[in-house]
Amino acid sequence: MTEPILYVDDLTMHYTTRAGDVSAVDNVSFTLTKGESLGLVGESGCGKTSVAICLLKLLPDNAHIKGGHIYLDGVDLVPLSEEQVRRYRWRRISMIFQAAMNSLNPVYKVGDQIIEAMETHLENFSYPAAREKVAELFRLVGLDPALMDQYPHEYSGGMRQRAVIAMALACDPDIIIADEPTTALDVIVQDRILKELRAIQQKLNMGMIYISHDIAVIAEVSDCVGVMYAGRLVEKACTEEIFHHPIHPYTAGLMSAFPSIVGPKRELTMLPGEPPDLLHPPPGCRFHPRCPYATSICMEQVPEFKEYGGDHFAACWHPLEG
Amino acid sequence: MGEALVRVAGLSKFFPLTRGLFRESQEFIHAVEDVSFTIAPGESLGLVGESGSGKTTTGKLLVRLLDPTAGHIYLRANGSEVDIATLRGKDLKTFRRRVQMIFQDPYESLNPRLTIFDTIAEPLIVQGIGDVLEREERVAEMLVMVGLTPPSSFMFRFPHELSGGQRQRVAIARALIVGPTFVVADEPTSMLDVSIRTGIMYLMQDLAQRLGVTYLYITHDLAVARYMCQRIAVMYLGKIVEQAETEELLQHPQHPYTRALISAVPIPDPRIKRQAIEIKGSIPTPINPPPRCRFYDRCPIADAFCERNDHPPLRDVGGGHYVACYKT
Repeated sequence: MTEPILYVDDLTMHYTTRAGDVSAVDNVSFTLTKGESLGLVGESGCGKTSVAICLLKLLPDNAHIKGGHIYLDGVDLVPLSEEQVRRYRWRRISMIFQAAMNSLNPVYKVGDQIIEAMETHLENFSYPAAREKVAELFRLVGLDPALMDQYPHEYSGGMRQRAVIAMALACDPDIIIADEPTTALDVIVQDRILKELRAIQQKLNMGMIYISHDIAVIAEVSDCVGVMYAGRLVEKACTEEIFHHPIHPYTAGLMSAFPSIVGPKRELTMLPGEPPDLLHPPPGCRFHPRCPYATSICMEQVPEFKEYGGDHFAACWHPLEG
Repeated sequence: MGEALVRVAGLSKFFPLTRGLFRESQEFIHAVEDVSFTIAPGESLGLVGESGSGKTTTGKLLVRLLDPTAGHIYLRANGSEVDIATLRGKDLKTFRRRVQMIFQDPYESLNPRLTIFDTIAEPLIVQGIGDVLEREERVAEMLVMVGLTPPSSFMFRFPHELSGGQRQRVAIARALIVGPTFVVADEPTSMLDVSIRTGIMYLMQDLAQRLGVTYLYITHDLAVARYMCQRIAVMYLGKIVEQAETEELLQHPQHPYTRALISAVPIPDPRIKRQAIEIKGSIPTPINPPPRCRFYDRCPIADAFCERNDHPPLRDVGGGHYVACYKT
């Protein structure tokens, strides 16, 4: 196996609110190798976007990394100052944000916005070279380079999302984080963007972290899948394993609650209850109040995130197939 | 299949594009044009399409939140059909007891300043049903039915104290409290997480059986429609392009648009590789569209015949499977 370019070790992040600390990311560890696509899946509030903003250290004022390390090529980003992190952000790790509409400034031409990102982050910047690069990026994401001198409102939803992808690729990052990039799009456009994103990622041999609540989308774009629940990574394995041999009851529940248009129409199972309030997360395994297999140990002790062979990790006291 | 509960005939809705204050509009967005379908009592018909296909406009026309430009909507009540497209005043108000709507976003469809009791009881007050005590009893019953138990612990709370799934249950209770026979559900689960969504889907099916409710289920998600609907109608640019029983439509789609749509749905199983059917471009805005097939510009199999002729009519290809295409 190749060396990981990204190694997240025991990452813990809290949001400070007037009501108390929200434990949004709790002891999350994973690695990403060059050219690998990791899907991070989970429901709203499970901490998947919080993990992403930790990796870029784009933290809001009330968010604090309480512990852990983010090693990028062996350098820990956590203790670095904002000044130092800027050397990595966008050039090494970049991000495709969820709402393409909101991540483009309506009063600037799309091409100029991408050039601005390059000017901010690249050392030897030249305007003509940057325009050349934008034209090349536009072709890569399937946009006509002539569109670079138009404004965001002249773009359709799918075109905007492509422009945002082009922007994320502007500084040739090693890792790209895609946070629900297709959620607001219709299926036909979504399908095209997913295919293109996957092809670009493989062509440029980038690491990708694809964040989504939609396990069907995750199945299409990921080599590996990490499942998050209530701030914790509860299972991680290659996509095939996660979908066909889930170990954690939450993963299994998520899979069987998800409808599909192919195959026999099987009964959709229902997970009882709702995800916990992370101001007061339940003790022990955070899934225990909803878990059909929970016993007393689940309520008391946090299960270790350990390997069940073949790079299949899970955190559960009662693994399904272990 | 007996007599239909809802029969829609030639329904159209055009929105004028106003350019200037006093000039009469020359251009219209043909949001829904000449749409016809029927829904049997107890059935759930899925209306599927992309954004801009006119599915929500159709839903709003059926509950008369919008007035149709042309066409008829017949609702069977007490053994006879009434055209609700032209109802006014008192008749319209009585009609609203029979037909209700569930909206997509439970964060926006509930008044944040009303308690759950006030929210659910409001339709009863509007319709003048019962006195205070009776209303309280009915609201409590309804809360139990939608799974918000015990009712006393929910009645006097506000929407912000509830989760998304609980809010959608309140919205369902509010729609069903007046005892409608027909409910238009506009993407009722699309804002909810998977683990919550299944519960709402089962709740809606369960209530349909227990209370005898018929749904028009509007969704962009074919997988959800597969579980919620006996039949599916696919809309494209204001027209129904294909309609069939759910499994028939998913297994044997005929219209090139339906095929492309089905082939673009991601599958939650990495072992299955989809066969991609590519179509060009994206859904345009139907401003004064030419009379030819609405799908002509993006269709992979269109030819000169399609260009010269009007939009194809829905024709029966057997077994209640209707397709609007010259080429299939």
